[in-house]
Amino acid sequence: MPLRLRLDKPWQPLTAETAARLPGQLGVYQVADAAGIIVFIGQAGARAPFGLRSELQRELGARGPGYQFRVEVNQQYRTRWFELLMVHQADHGSLPADNAKNPPPALGRLSPN
Amino acid sequence: MDFEPSPEQQMLIDQVRRYVREEIIPLEAKLDPDASELEPADHARLVAKTKAMGLYGIDIPKEFGGPDIDIVTRTLLAIEMAQHRAGLYVPCYGTFGGAGLAQIFEANEDQKERYLYPTLRGEKKPFFGLTEPSGGSDPARAIQTRAERKDNGWVLNGAKIFISGADRAQYGIVFARTDASKGRAGITCFIVDAGTPGFHVRRVVHTLRSSSYATELEFKDCWVSDHQVLGEVNKGFAVANDRLTRQRIPYAAGCIGVAIAAHEMAVEWAKMRSTFGDKLANRQAVQWMLVDNEIDIRTARHFTLEAAEKARRGLPFRTEAAIAKLTASEGGGRVVDRAMQIHGGMGMTKDLPLERWYREMRIRRVGEGPSEVQRVVIAREILGSSLR
Ligand SMILES: Cc1cc2nc3c(=O)[nH]c(=O)nc-3n(C[C@H](O)[C@H](O)[C@H](O)COP(=O)(O)OP(=O)(O)OC[C@H]3O[C@@H](n4cnc5c(N)ncnc54)[C@H](O)[C@@H]3O)c2cc1C
Repeated sequence: MPLRLRLDKPWQPLTAETAARLPGQLGVYQVADAAGIIVFIGQAGARAPFGLRSELQRELGARGPGYQFRVEVNQQYRTRWFELLMVHQADHGSLPADNAKNPPPALGRLSPN
Repeated sequence: MDFEPSPEQQMLIDQVRRYVREEIIPLEAKLDPDASELEPADHARLVAKTKAMGLYGIDIPKEFGGPDIDIVTRTLLAIEMAQHRAGLYVPCYGTFGGAGLAQIFEANEDQKERYLYPTLRGEKKPFFGLTEPSGGSDPARAIQTRAERKDNGWVLNGAKIFISGADRAQYGIVFARTDASKGRAGITCFIVDAGTPGFHVRRVVHTLRSSSYATELEFKDCWVSDHQVLGEVNKGFAVANDRLTRQRIPYAAGCIGVAIAAHEMAVEWAKMRSTFGDKLANRQAVQWMLVDNEIDIRTARHFTLEAAEKARRGLPFRTEAAIAKLTASEGGGRVVDRAMQIHGGMGMTKDLPLERWYREMRIRRVGEGPSEVQRVVIAREILGSSLR
């Protein structure tokens, strides 16, 4: 069975407390503004000192309050990250605003059903 | 056969070895351990370097502008190019260029203009679409994608799975059944442009190779003109088979390169690390693991160079290529596994390249024809000759 394509868990407010509760594992995440518009899809790779936790703490530090997030623990953080970007592009016709500023080279095309 | 490199070959080997150690490994140390791309500026700088070395596009035949290096030398260089973290699937991050798919050299002049030359110039990327959900080991029987005649062309319907790079490619070669009554003599090879209506990349297939994914494709009333037939109608299987045989030599070379790198790491670690008051290198249990590594590497190297030498001489090399692919992928897996064991906990971490090699090397026993299929090829040769 194919895995779930989209990350559709409920959003959590991005605060110091919620970020501190995250696991230190590898994975992917999405950040949305207060209205729920996804502004960034990120990955917590093996160079992040505490995986998803330190990545979301970094996001909070850079963005400040007023954002929401959701995460997925995933050893295959790189291919899953590419997949989420391609699915977003297919669903919305463009990348999330902050990914569009620095798009990955040679992102593929996906036409999910 | 003597496989000691000649002085000229040794010079090229040293040049590539230096390039890997001085250019690739330091850049790689800054990337995510699962990365498979360099920053575009680094890539461009290194391509300029390999061009200056006269080694860019080394797999491209001379008549198409390649540097005219024979297959044995190319195999020796491919062993060097794989000796870094990403080296099994993206040797030197593609900075030596590539010849694309071997089949596309079978193209007619019009197709060469549209596909081969842009590919050799690095402007287009292809994918290879053979495997289907119904099976990849025995594509002659398993292929269910159909191509039916319509309006001076063909309508493709069906699915492909495990196809690498299809979402990023500008075109692909796709095998489909054009005559259901003829088995392997009823398969045709088509060139399909990425934007063709009815061609869809449906999903990413995640595998152990977490640096890059495979994809699943769907063809839904996908019409392609007669100009997109590669080779002849109903003769596509020979095209596929030829590519798979040729591909086995560099495939084996990559496994050997990674095995050598893992083995060198294990030797260094064993000389340095002490337990119970003595170096690991002084323990017979560890020495034997290193000896077994050495034997696996030498065996695979011998058989792979033997296959390359036969190919160089224009002799049949199907059995030799199967033996090379089998010994290198199976032996390579054992070498990486032993190297991890000798490294203990460190061997399991993403700090070292061993864990990536371990995962990716596992795929090599299935990709490009599973070990059992290589054994089938070898058995056919043995039994065929004993019956003669
Ligand atoms: C990461 C990855 C990338 C890939 N990229 C591509 C690509 O770009 N293009 C493409 O076309 N394909 C690609 N493949 C597919 C690959 O070539 C197939 O997976 C492979 O050929 C095996 O086919 P299968 O998976 O359908 O296994 P099957 O054919 O179903 O075989 C299953 C198993 O049965 C055993 N077996 C098969 N035949 C025999 C026999 N005669 N005797 C004994 N045992 C036997 C083997 O152990 C085999 O592994 C890729 C696969 C992977 C994992």
